[in-house]
Amino acid sequence: MTTTETRPAIPAPVGGVQRLTFAKAITAGLRRAMADDPTVMIMGEDVGRLGGVFRVTDGLHAEFGPSRVVDTPLAESGIVGTAIGLALRGYRPVVEIQFDGFVFPAFDQITTQLAKMHYRSRGQLTVPVVIRIPYAGGIGAVEHHSESPEVLFAHTPGLRVVSPSSPADAYTMIRAAVASPDPVIFFEPKVRYWDKGEVDLGHDEPTGPDGARAAADPSVLDTARVVRQGTDATLVAYGPTVATALAAAESAATAGTSLEVVDLRALSPLDLPTVAASVRKTRRCIVVHEAPVLYGAGAEVAARISEECFYHLEAPVLRVGGFHVPYPVAKSEHDYLPSLDRVLDSVDRAMGF
Amino acid sequence: MTASPLGPLSEDGLVRLLSPEGERLASAAYDERAAALTPEQLRGMYRDMVLARRFDVEATALQRQGELALFAQALGQEAAQIGSAYALAPQDHVFPSYREHGVALVRGVDLVDVLRLFRGVEHGGWDPVAHGFHLYTLVVGAHPLHATGYAMGVQRDGLVGTGDPARDTAVLTYFGDGSTSQGDVNEAMVFAAVNQAPVVLFCQNNQWAISEPTTSQAIAPIANRAPGFGIPSVRVDGNDVLAVYAVTAAALERAHTGGGPTFVEALTYRMGAHTTSDDPSRYRTSDEEQHWRRRDPIERLRAYLDRLGELPEGFEDGIAAEGDALGERLRTQVRAMGRPAADRMFEHVYATPHAVVETERQWFEAYEASFEGSAR
Repeated sequence: MTTTETRPAIPAPVGGVQRLTFAKAITAGLRRAMADDPTVMIMGEDVGRLGGVFRVTDGLHAEFGPSRVVDTPLAESGIVGTAIGLALRGYRPVVEIQFDGFVFPAFDQITTQLAKMHYRSRGQLTVPVVIRIPYAGGIGAVEHHSESPEVLFAHTPGLRVVSPSSPADAYTMIRAAVASPDPVIFFEPKVRYWDKGEVDLGHDEPTGPDGARAAADPSVLDTARVVRQGTDATLVAYGPTVATALAAAESAATAGTSLEVVDLRALSPLDLPTVAASVRKTRRCIVVHEAPVLYGAGAEVAARISEECFYHLEAPVLRVGGFHVPYPVAKSEHDYLPSLDRVLDSVDRAMGF
Repeated sequence: MTASPLGPLSEDGLVRLLSPEGERLASAAYDERAAALTPEQLRGMYRDMVLARRFDVEATALQRQGELALFAQALGQEAAQIGSAYALAPQDHVFPSYREHGVALVRGVDLVDVLRLFRGVEHGGWDPVAHGFHLYTLVVGAHPLHATGYAMGVQRDGLVGTGDPARDTAVLTYFGDGSTSQGDVNEAMVFAAVNQAPVVLFCQNNQWAISEPTTSQAIAPIANRAPGFGIPSVRVDGNDVLAVYAVTAAALERAHTGGGPTFVEALTYRMGAHTTSDDPSRYRTSDEEQHWRRRDPIERLRAYLDRLGELPEGFEDGIAAEGDALGERLRTQVRAMGRPAADRMFEHVYATPHAVVETERQWFEAYEASFEGSAR
């Protein structure tokens, strides 16, 4: 055994509000979930001693041991398939897929097996598996390391699909995902891993009268959130593009345009009431995501907003997103990604109607 | 293409304890396990094999009458299924494919419930936890990974090698020769091996994957692959219920006691079609079918019991009467399976409420209600 076996556990997070990176917020959420529930376990490639290629599981192997933090063979279908079996035996596996473009060997297990197990057993079986996928671009990576396949999963009944945009949400949403009895596909915007923000770790000590700790709030998996108030148009974003939308709103404000920003947080379910309420107020809607626009989440939001808010709209719902091309080479990705300027260009178009 | 003597259908080295004529053949490795079976247990196996076949006949007839959408026969594979299932402990868990009706019977599943899937009123049909018998998996080869993961859970529960046979737990998963070409089955072997998981990987090589012969999947015995993963394997005559039982019992004992996984290949023959939608006359000869009909697994056990003098008067009549009662019950209860309520499709999509499903359900209910009082 190497000396890494004996390295000290990560310092216990003290209660209260801390400033953490997005990645460390997920680490803290996983650690909390594992400490609270002995059936929670981590599975994936390099998640053990290395702590994952993005170090999201850093320290968990040392603290919880190799039986609960499992370095698996390099086989994504095998990882998800065995996670399903473990869940059927009463465990709560949290699977890490190393990069977005590597999830496809597991696509069959996720869509034909994981998504349908509860349904086909008429509720007799639950498979509380969380699949964490670092996704989207902006980090100058090689091919297959920058993709946004979220809609493929959101289109599959039986899966919950979420993506946090801030360290605070990352902490609460990963805890809620692990606690959920449903399978959750948890998309982590890797370009945000190093962003810092305030995270309320609550109380690490038991707070309940029976010694129980506060449970994760499940509503964060179901609800969108207005992250900036505005009056002239609504920007709808999730994951990596929420920061882009906020920057666009900041910029537009200097030109006298007031943008509201809605962070969807969940793609399945889609919290339409929150988006519709915003659009009824602003009368304009622009959806921003990295995935290709064709059949993307923006198409779904646009269709539903057109149906729900038809008489409130001053302009057609617009979309800013990826082109219908494979994710381009790193040196071209900033021309591909929905940038601040492209968002502002769409705002101009929407305001011009 | 014909199989070479060392091809995937080679009978060299098969564990065999009964000749096709029902003679007991000696086997140093397995004699003791076979000898431990009482005449009563042997008669129980015979009964279950006969009932499994009766189920096949009845279900096929129901499909022909339009009462089932589809049926997948297990005809000819009764020894492979009943023999292996008899080796299971009550606390063990089974992950079948979609043809293991004989195993379902041994695990106490009501065979009427098996037909809910084929009738089209359920995707499952029985309580998989209560019977230690998971739902059928129709995606070929997807479930050996579930079995392996489940076995990894059993390890974490500390229920391997406890020294207490009533607690030690293992997992048995069934799949066919065709599915061994799937990546998932091979990944299951990787995960089972590196975890030394208490799982028995049981391949029923019935020689046909719909119209494709085993020679389309392999040029050497399929069981030969397992040692490459570090998993010991054994090939057994799948039409010899005694040998299948003994081999599976040994494999399960290894799993129970912490010895890790075993790969069992039972060489048998799919005497019927793949499903009721299939037509074997398009791809195989009646000579081949005749050859295997002469090696019927039920006849083999019957001949052995006869040689032992363990077929008491009235025994077979009793089973025939049980078969008649089963047939009657299947016909009556299958025909009585109603059409599910239309809004049932919205149930159990998620374990917790999902706004989109709820909204669509409400829309659908309102839509349905809009027809009330009008002829539709």
